[in-house]
Amino acid sequence: MSEQAARLAVRKTYKLFVGGAFPRSESGRSYAVTSSKGDFLANAARASRKDARDAVSAARKAFSGWSGATAYNRGQILYRIAEMLEGRRAQFAAEVVDADGVSAKKAGELVDAAVDRLVWYAGWSDKIGAVLGSANPVAGPYFNLSSPEPTGVVAVVAPPMGPLLGLVSVIAPVIVTGNTCVVVASERAPLPAITLAEVLATSDLPGGVVNILTGSAAEIAPWLAGHMDVNGIDLTGADPELAVTCEELAAENLKRVLRPPAGRVDWLADPGIERMSAFLETKTVWHPIGV
Amino acid sequence: MTTPLAEVASSNSTLRAFLHGLPGVDRVGADARAAMLGTRSIKTTAKKQAVDMAIGMVDLTTLEGADTPGKVRAMCAKAMRPDPGDASVPPVAAVCVYPDLVATAVSALTGSGVKVASVATSFPSGRSSLEVKVTETSLAVAAGASEIDMVIDRGAFLAGDYLKVYEEIVAIKKACGDTHLKVILETGELATYDNVRRASWLAMIAGGDFIKTSTGKVSPAATLPVTLVMLEAVRDFRAATGRQVGVKPAGGIRTTKDAIKYLVLVNETAGPDWLHPDWFRLGASSLLNDLLMQRQKMATGRYAGPDYFTLD
Repeated sequence: MSEQAARLAVRKTYKLFVGGAFPRSESGRSYAVTSSKGDFLANAARASRKDARDAVSAARKAFSGWSGATAYNRGQILYRIAEMLEGRRAQFAAEVVDADGVSAKKAGELVDAAVDRLVWYAGWSDKIGAVLGSANPVAGPYFNLSSPEPTGVVAVVAPPMGPLLGLVSVIAPVIVTGNTCVVVASERAPLPAITLAEVLATSDLPGGVVNILTGSAAEIAPWLAGHMDVNGIDLTGADPELAVTCEELAAENLKRVLRPPAGRVDWLADPGIERMSAFLETKTVWHPIGV
Repeated sequence: MTTPLAEVASSNSTLRAFLHGLPGVDRVGADARAAMLGTRSIKTTAKKQAVDMAIGMVDLTTLEGADTPGKVRAMCAKAMRPDPGDASVPPVAAVCVYPDLVATAVSALTGSGVKVASVATSFPSGRSSLEVKVTETSLAVAAGASEIDMVIDRGAFLAGDYLKVYEEIVAIKKACGDTHLKVILETGELATYDNVRRASWLAMIAGGDFIKTSTGKVSPAATLPVTLVMLEAVRDFRAATGRQVGVKPAGGIRTTKDAIKYLVLVNETAGPDWLHPDWFRLGASSLLNDLLMQRQKMATGRYAGPDYFTLD
């Protein structure tokens, strides 16, 4: 017998994550993704404005179910995401090494931090109401209660640096409170985002709660910022020029805007609750006493 | 065609011989043709025209047990001025309601040019005696309906009693007088495209002014291939008799993209003569908001959201 032919490599097709499914871009476009050293890694889909539109529809459709779920249930699902991420630790560490050029040890720490970040936010799901809500003393025979409510569909421009930890750190605070989101992943390093989508798809997270687009933020983000069915936009990953454009577009329907941070962000630092409170509304109820 | 159409309905056997003598529909071919026409790209100015044309062809419909006079009045206001913020949006063709709400709709729409269509004949099942159906039709006409949407007796049709179906349509047409009669075939219950073609011809021979796909209460409702078969029927009927009959797909048409596919289908199958609200209608309710959102997107350059349109 002649020697056996070498086995063909089976390579992954990196697609978008919209409504719980993995479609290609409707535009059919893709772009080459390279490692931090410039080596070719894979082709990723280059999402178009129509993919963004579809993602917003999916996020809107998922909103009533997700925001109506109990805080306990949302926390459990975030914890489940952390579990699934932990199970793929080696894969994510390898992808972070490729994307960021960090050492394997450092990459492992970053994946651990991402898992811990999810667990940390999972814990907040049923506590944020106690911190941001209040029983207000009023001059009348009423119980007056304020409680935080999710804003709605939030567009997120993920940070270009920190392809996994940065991404998890912007998605988790948006969804833990009941928002749904459309995320524009880092253009430079989108592969961990799509692998994260595989984790999300297997974590009991309802389809459409998180939608991930890969491609050019400069192309997609303005469409999301101008979209009348998007209620908030997180511009963390937008460069200053894009951030200004998006903020202007976002004014039309009074979106909540989270401006990009000044200077470099240390994603390993304690995040605080600002990212959660940025996309919360306050509902105040007046209830007559004695009825 | 060997028998003149006038004599076709002289007995059940001649009617049967005629309807079964119609050429069969190539199911695979019809599906493929409809799917192919659905891929036509209609953009920019052509899309603007198509959206406005589609708005003008909508039969804005509410056929729920929970319909109230208030809901019908609200729908009529929307029919006359679909987008309160934009006077350039044309009014829809008609509103479609149950017979008891016709008077409410007529008074709300006085002088607007928007017509009032009423379903009748024991909609949606059509399971009642002819007397009841004729009386219901007469009452709707008396209340001021300018169009009647009747359902055919699918049970009789499927049992092969074509003459019964024919005579019922003739009787309802008589009760309608000058009022336009739309004949609902309920294609979702007819099982085959051959039956759709036969029912279309039957309705046209009996005097229907429009043939309509569905009640909207049965799934599948309107589909592109079924509408294709019906458009071929009205085209062939006009060629044979000189009389033009309209087509109305109804049910399941929810997006602008769907609506434009139907317009392409009309243009390519029956021809541009049918691209007018007098000859083509879209029975829908949620479609109108999507058309308005698309219109706003083209006007403002930003995607519109449903928060800015009425709930219905």
